[in-house]
Amino acid sequence: MGLNETLSKPGQMLGDMAQVSTLDAVVNWGKSYSLWPYPFATACCGIEFMSTACSDNDIARFGAERPSFSPRQSDMILVLGTITYKMAPVLREIYDQLCEPKYVVSVGACASSGGMFDTYGVVQGVDRFLPVDIYVPGCPPRPEAIMDALIKLQQKVKTQGLEARRQEVMRKIDEINEKNKPVIVR
Amino acid sequence: MAMYDKTAQKFKGKFDNLPEGHLLVNLGPSHPATHGILQNVIQIDGERIVEADAIIGYVHRCFEKLGERYDYNQFLVCTDRMNYISTPLNNIGWILTVEKMLQIEVPERVTYVRMIISELSRIMDHIICNGILGVDLGAFSGMLHLFHHRENIHSILEKLTGARLTTTFCRVGGMERDIYPEFVKEVKEVINGLKPAMDEFNTLLIRNKIFNDRTAGVGGISAEDALAFGFTGPNLRAAGVDFDVRKDTPYMLYDKVDFDIPIGEDGSVLHRTLVRMEEMRQSIRIIEQLIDGIPEGPYHADLPHIFLPEKQKVYTSMEELIYHFKLIMHGIKVPAGEYYMATEAGNGELGFYVVSQGDKSPWRVHVRRPCFWYYQAFSHMVKGSLIADSIATMSSLNVIAGELDC
Amino acid sequence: MKEKVESFIKSKLSSFVFKEEAVNSNIPTFFIKSEGIFPVIKALKEDKELQFNFLNDLTAIDWLGKKTPRFEVCYLLRSVPNKHFRIMLKVPLEEGETIPTIVPIFRGANWPEREVFDMFGIEFTGHPQMERILLPDNFQGHPLRKDYPLEGFGQDYLIADLLHIHQEDKEK
Repeated sequence: MGLNETLSKPGQMLGDMAQVSTLDAVVNWGKSYSLWPYPFATACCGIEFMSTACSDNDIARFGAERPSFSPRQSDMILVLGTITYKMAPVLREIYDQLCEPKYVVSVGACASSGGMFDTYGVVQGVDRFLPVDIYVPGCPPRPEAIMDALIKLQQKVKTQGLEARRQEVMRKIDEINEKNKPVIVR
Repeated sequence: MAMYDKTAQKFKGKFDNLPEGHLLVNLGPSHPATHGILQNVIQIDGERIVEADAIIGYVHRCFEKLGERYDYNQFLVCTDRMNYISTPLNNIGWILTVEKMLQIEVPERVTYVRMIISELSRIMDHIICNGILGVDLGAFSGMLHLFHHRENIHSILEKLTGARLTTTFCRVGGMERDIYPEFVKEVKEVINGLKPAMDEFNTLLIRNKIFNDRTAGVGGISAEDALAFGFTGPNLRAAGVDFDVRKDTPYMLYDKVDFDIPIGEDGSVLHRTLVRMEEMRQSIRIIEQLIDGIPEGPYHADLPHIFLPEKQKVYTSMEELIYHFKLIMHGIKVPAGEYYMATEAGNGELGFYVVSQGDKSPWRVHVRRPCFWYYQAFSHMVKGSLIADSIATMSSLNVIAGELDC
Repeated sequence: MKEKVESFIKSKLSSFVFKEEAVNSNIPTFFIKSEGIFPVIKALKEDKELQFNFLNDLTAIDWLGKKTPRFEVCYLLRSVPNKHFRIMLKVPLEEGETIPTIVPIFRGANWPEREVFDMFGIEFTGHPQMERILLPDNFQGHPLRKDYPLEGFGQDYLIADLLHIHQEDKEK
């Protein structure tokens, strides 16, 4: 059994005491099962997050054990609720303070697209100024939907390497800049 | 940034004129202990707060302007999202206002079910307030025990209305569908499960020495100050004034059921918590008086020009088809005039002031929301207290950002 | 109770009454001139019999196109000893006019007056902190006026510095 064949299937047992894998796979496996969220709760979706984190639907069993309100100590930011024009700079500042690798999950209709509030005070979607990874529909989404989003994010983290992640974020930022260019009307 | 310029100017002036040893610290808007997004800029001397300045408006969702666009039934979705912890209470408040403007009567069955759901929502509201107060002070287990019962109430609401949180309960003239067959049994199960859970919560948190030391005498307000600021609800009752919209200007069947109003003494955090716990017990008492006597009958008033007719009849009969068409296209015609109606929501007196010009949508909707009036007093209440005490005060006031900013 | 209030206002405060008009409302309504709102509310609060000692609500209405003084500032007062009887005082105002504040009488009028200024642009003279409360500081316009659309005129100026994200190391 050569080393190349062994490495072609990460996680394969070598005898009954050793397991061979790539460093990428092991690190990604650890990352995906310890995604500590920053619950940026502004409105009703925050209450559904409370339900998700409490006794009956326990998000801690998926690894999102410690909701930390310090951006330096969390891996992903859950945007829960309506983002208004007054709150947008605060959200952007907190996103900037998170350490790489970071993920953004926009929970609920208001954060994804403005929701039912097409009004003078509400930002029509948090992806106007943040690169978003997962959108969760619902008003508010059920706790099961939030957990489903976390599981999908875990799949993404497990399979995506560092360089691919960097390229993806840069591409998303390019799209945001392109969309936000002011429209020139002649 | 341009947005912060004016605020920055205001605080720059304060920065330069601070006395020796004082600091200006920003608390919020995204902070673990301020639930909802509330910002306070506090001037501290060591650990004592000298002055606090509250900045709100971070989740202003323009409900009053939306009220001028939506019609009378559609505005229910806006009332859902105001106090999003006990949504049926807001829905029922709005529906009662419109029904009083139209001067229509609904069947008794509808009133019984509305009252039962109101009291269940009040229990939901107080569970969150007391549970989160425990979490803010560092005691997580109490909330976990009570939350299970809140999930049971969520299941009842989901079976009744279709949604766990944003229920959009009731339509003008009745309820949108009849209660499901196991409703009475499930409500009884929830109440019977709540009583031992509340005793457990008592031993875990309320009778805990650390909790009592941290909350007795903290964040108090006198009765005259509370009345001057416009307090209503459990915060006012904890300060010693017996205001309750259900007893002062009764609506629905609140003058026919038997319940007491718990009153505190000094408006401190401990008294507010105890008032809320006792209110939960009184709500259970009201539900027990009503749950066995829900009368049979229709679930909506027989007014085809106000309440949508049944779908089967719409497909087969001409009259109902015309009513359906007119209701959807032209809405409910409310006579021109104004109306103010107040109901007792989880936080106090929730009032709806509706000005109508006889059109499909109101001319002006104003929501008199209790959180807005009592959060003004926060800077008055925390003067001279420690930062940790101010967190307990803010937590026990039960400020819901969705209701504050409307 | 309503007759007592009417006779009280007619006898002692008739110089401040703007007009007598019947309004189709469940709460008795009185129209007061803007310079007289402070003495009227003070008198109603301090009178031994009426005792309107609780300010229930403070808001405004924009009657663009329907009535001539365009704005109406509404004060909802409640008399606690008299079985929670409510009355509504309305102050008609034209655009640009100001109205004295009632914060010295009821401390709780602080934030509602700021909200009326924020949403309608009506200034209250003598207010300790006459600033915007619910909207960002650089917001232009007063949204609850009838000539302001629900969607706004184009709100990107509020987050203008967030809309372009710099990527410095892209060329590396």
